[in-house]
Amino acid sequence: MASKSLRQATTGRERASEHEGFLRYQSYKWLKIALGISAVALLIYAFNDVQPKPNGGSIYGYTTGTIGVLLILWLTMLGVRKRAITPGRWSLKSWTSAHVYLGLSLIVIATLHTGFDFGWNVHTLAYALMMIVIASGVFGIATYAMLPQALSANRGETTQVQMLDNLRMIDRQLNEAAQPLDAEGAAIVRMALDDDPFGGGLIARLTGHYRKCGTRAALAAVRAHPGRKEAAADPYDHVEVLLERKRSSLSRIRKHLRLKALLEVWLYLHIPLTFALIAALFVHIVSVFYYW
Amino acid sequence: MADTYRIAIVGSGPAGMSAAAHAAKLGISHVLLEKTDHLSDTIFKYQKGKHVMATPSQLVLRSDVDFDAGKREKILGIWDEQTAAHKVNVRFNSEVKAITGQKGAFVLTLTDKTEIRAETIILAIGTQGNPNLLRAPGIETSGIHVQYQLDDPGEYVDEHITVVGSGDAGIENALGLAQDVAQGNIVTILNRGADFSRAKGANVKLLMQARDEGRINVMTDTSPNRLEAGHLVLDTRDGEARIRCDRVIARMGSAAPRKFIEECGIEFTSPDREAFPTLSPQFETTNAGIYVIGALAGYPLIKHCMNQGYDVVEFINGNTALKPADEPILEGKFVNLPVKKSVDEWLEFIRTNVQILNDLSPLQMREFMLDSEVRYYGKNDIIFEKNAPGSSLFCIAQGSVDIPLPDGRSTGIVIPEGSIFGEVGLVSGRRRGSTIRSIAETIVVEIPRNAILKLMASVPGVKRAVTRISTERQLLQMWQSGLQPADLAEVLETAEIKGVRAGEAIFREGEEGNDVYVIRSGSVVVEKSIGGKPVFLSYVPAGNYVGELELFDNGIRKQTVRAAVKSEVIKLGGEAFRRLLEAKPEFFARAKVAIGEREDLASFIEAKKDSFATVVDMYSSVANFLVDNGVGEATDVLLIDENLCVGCDNCEKACADSHEGISRLDREAGRTFAHLHVPTSCRHCEHPHCMADCPPTAIHRGQDGEVYIDDTCIGCGNCQRNCPYGVIRMEKEPPRKPSLWKWFLFGQGPGPGEPSHDWAYANATPGVEKAKRAVKCDMCSGIEGGPSCVRACPTGAAIRVAPEEFLTVARLQRDDA
Ligand SMILES: Cc1cc2nc3c(=O)[nH]c(=O)nc-3n(C[C@H](O)[C@H](O)[C@H](O)COP(=O)(O)OP(=O)(O)OC[C@H]3O[C@@H](n4cnc5c(N)ncnc54)[C@H](O)[C@@H]3O)c2cc1C
Ligand code: HEM
Ligand code: SF4
Ligand code: SF4
Ligand code: SF4
Repeated sequence: MASKSLRQATTGRERASEHEGFLRYQSYKWLKIALGISAVALLIYAFNDVQPKPNGGSIYGYTTGTIGVLLILWLTMLGVRKRAITPGRWSLKSWTSAHVYLGLSLIVIATLHTGFDFGWNVHTLAYALMMIVIASGVFGIATYAMLPQALSANRGETTQVQMLDNLRMIDRQLNEAAQPLDAEGAAIVRMALDDDPFGGGLIARLTGHYRKCGTRAALAAVRAHPGRKEAAADPYDHVEVLLERKRSSLSRIRKHLRLKALLEVWLYLHIPLTFALIAALFVHIVSVFYYW
Repeated sequence: MADTYRIAIVGSGPAGMSAAAHAAKLGISHVLLEKTDHLSDTIFKYQKGKHVMATPSQLVLRSDVDFDAGKREKILGIWDEQTAAHKVNVRFNSEVKAITGQKGAFVLTLTDKTEIRAETIILAIGTQGNPNLLRAPGIETSGIHVQYQLDDPGEYVDEHITVVGSGDAGIENALGLAQDVAQGNIVTILNRGADFSRAKGANVKLLMQARDEGRINVMTDTSPNRLEAGHLVLDTRDGEARIRCDRVIARMGSAAPRKFIEECGIEFTSPDREAFPTLSPQFETTNAGIYVIGALAGYPLIKHCMNQGYDVVEFINGNTALKPADEPILEGKFVNLPVKKSVDEWLEFIRTNVQILNDLSPLQMREFMLDSEVRYYGKNDIIFEKNAPGSSLFCIAQGSVDIPLPDGRSTGIVIPEGSIFGEVGLVSGRRRGSTIRSIAETIVVEIPRNAILKLMASVPGVKRAVTRISTERQLLQMWQSGLQPADLAEVLETAEIKGVRAGEAIFREGEEGNDVYVIRSGSVVVEKSIGGKPVFLSYVPAGNYVGELELFDNGIRKQTVRAAVKSEVIKLGGEAFRRLLEAKPEFFARAKVAIGEREDLASFIEAKKDSFATVVDMYSSVANFLVDNGVGEATDVLLIDENLCVGCDNCEKACADSHEGISRLDREAGRTFAHLHVPTSCRHCEHPHCMADCPPTAIHRGQDGEVYIDDTCIGCGNCQRNCPYGVIRMEKEPPRKPSLWKWFLFGQGPGPGEPSHDWAYANATPGVEKAKRAVKCDMCSGIEGGPSCVRACPTGAAIRVAPEEFLTVARLQRDDA
């Protein structure tokens, strides 16, 4: 590089020209910490002979219990950190990194806290909720790791707004192309126009399979139409081309929406169950002290 | 014709006509010689119905002929009437071809060989004589009509017409051609630079309006390269462009009909093409008895021309005490100074003392002083503080200033009498880089940015002087190492400023050469061909230099250096530079380190190429993609790693929530290559295009290097149009949202991120109309922790980088190019 003149110093700003994702953040710093905590908990559990049998009421039980609760409350704070854009040298990336690894370490800490004493009660409910939250988190990590490339590749350089605009444009052209058609032809085109291309509920959204897709039906109907002539040009040709374009445009948007849905659907478990978990935890703690 | 006139006036424009009218009024024997068969040919040739402006408005008109803003036809009518009424002795169809003799006995020879005798001569032939010609290959062969004048814009229909030059004449032609949509002309106007500093504000406004309405295609930073059948090939900031073209109207200004004037024995201030005749304050040339006024004297506004016509006749008539009409305005500028001098003495004092103004005629001094302020400072007064906003240029007419340290001691950097400071603001309107303090009783002239830009555009001497000083300062600042201005004298002697187009090579690998190039503006990329393919080595922004690698060996270029964006480089002679290095061991040592680094880098790449060919290729193409997307002129750019981005748009929400509810980035929009996405967000360009014509100059560069818009924004939308990256939005500030907690617990308000327009509309305070203003990224300057978009990204996909940090091969060592 050519010799560089002094640049004006920037204020309060760390420049990072190298970058790493949240999982690799600072060479897996939080993974290491989480593993360390888990190892310590396991070691103590193994060498700590609680009588009559390990349970939440021992010193060890209290300690892991307290750590667990605090950890859960702190993990929940990620939702606040994500939205309260206050000044300061925090980065959501490091929070997420810590969230993931410390969240996973809860599997060890909380399980040891229970002393494997499960039953049909509020205590086990809290544990189960926590494990579902964690499981959904693991699912989330998997989507975060696997889907971004596909999302980017699918949309190319078009934005969602542009994709929808494009769809509207094709609809307008379809509408015009339908004008010279007879009633039957118009009905076919209307199948594609009147259809809500994104209806079909969550399952359709997540799988990308829209069984009642009007455009597909219209395309099939146009192709099967008895009035089509092999050699000569007819007004259906143009409709067919447009329907084909609409179909390919739809498949791209649907894939886009599917990937986006997958990237956030787990949060619809993760977040509400977090609140259920906190409620259950509260009952768990109160009842433990009450019956003690 | 035996009798001798007291005064012969050549040219019947506003200047000559006013002179003749006054001579007639005073009963002086005179003749007004006019080349054409009507008065005032320049104005006669304006477009039909042109609205003629009467600027500067603070100047009073002093003439026996009336003039006020109005339609061309009306003005010409009044002039015809009043010259007749004054019994002015006009001789039409009388082009003067030669002037001989001397004061008291001049002979003017006309083209038809008639000789006219006069004691004194007033030359008022304007500058329309020879328009600057378009020079580009293909003018004869392409079949495109090239013309230098437009008489009736209504003549042309359904043509692709390109107007070259964006002074007043060019703008007015373009407006005329595009006026009537029914004519079906596709009109394009080209401007060599980015701003329209040569044209009047009102015209620029009309042009911008026409552009918004889609009537005129305005291309800045563009010049014609060649003409081809039916097409014009242009050099633009981003390389070549080809547009349809049937007709070119070249309005690229004009030079004084210099040859003729010089043949009359009149000297000019300098050999520069655009220089003016040397004049006394009474408009007398170096050939006693011949006077020059009007546009030819360097003052192109009608009002000034007419005043000068009146004045010069007074002077010739012996009234040498007469003060010019702008005298009271100028007097006002000097009254508060502790020293008392007359206006003329002050102007002469400033002109001779301030280096960059040396070449100015007294008339030009008057002109720009009307816009400027003169200030007096005692010893140890602060003239401006570091980081203060401001982009005016200061000239030291007396005394000297230094740069103090924060504790009040001096840095030892003294700017002497005659020099200038504040010149950095001319480029990008940055805040003041350092505090300036007077260290003696000091008188400075503060020239607003637009006035000095205009001066630089019209007086080459000023441009040269300012460029020389800023070059010297740039070199000193870049090299430091205890170098003094005197050390640079030899190197500066060889300095030559060159413009390079985007993509053009400054030098190529394998060529001979050892000159050193300092990048003055823009940026360059360094490439080396490895295995037959050009490999991107590094990106070098302005303020650095290249080409020193070859100084100490055979002088064969080892690398190719090409401009990433349209750039300006200062070429320094290799030999002179080497002598400088040898004379300054400390500097030498530093330069050697830099050379070493670069050579290591090249050999690193070469070694890597065999083992990781694809990695190097990938790196090279990613780097080229970024450069193609304007990252080359960025100082700070937002990038998104598409392998990590989960599309949560938290970056946009964070931006909105830390900035009055409006997001300054559009994550999805923008270009993508491999896994790198360049979203629509400000790059904080080195030379921000958005600043080019902001009427209230509301766009500045802040202390963190951010380009920001202050509260004086009037919402005109010029910046939005000028930004090539589409990052500026025109938005109303939405009403305040209920707090995060209220949203979370009670569902109040629209939640995090930018509220929808509907919500903003529904919740606006009734009766309070908020204006739309320009909104853009401010790099989160002043927010602790820096860019919110980056901090708020949960996965680390969003990063903000300086291109020179990002585009280095050093990244290869960390494997993820
Ligand atoms: C398109 C355009 C728009 C403009 N708009 C404005 C405006 O709105 N307001 C404003 O204040 N200014 C405007 N100007 C500038 C202004 O018109 C000129 O600067 C002004 O006319 C100069 O006056 P002058 O008397 O010095 O010379 P000119 O007006 O140029 O007159 C020179 C005269 O001399 C004659 N002549 C030339 N050579 C000879 C010769 N050898 N022998 C005899 N006669 C000769 C010419 O035919 C001409 O009539 C505009 C200029 C242009 C080109
Ligand atoms: C009991 C343990 C956990 C609790 C209480 C918890 C709670 C939360 C909460 C409240 C959020 C905020 C979501 C939002 O507001 O958008 C969140 C986000 C998230 N959690 Fe957890 N979590 C837990 C464990 C985990 C685990 C174990 C993982 C991963 C293996 C995980 C991965 C994530 C991720 C990836 C996010 C999303 C970050 C983002 O996109 O902003 N969580 N979690
Ligand atoms: S607004 Fe546009 S032109 Fe101005 S600095 Fe930002 S990217 Fe550059
Ligand atoms: S740096 Fe700040 S202002 Fe600029 S886009 Fe990011 S959050 Fe918005
Ligand atoms: S915050 Fe990060 S992950 Fe979310 S959209 Fe922006 S860049 Fe992508």
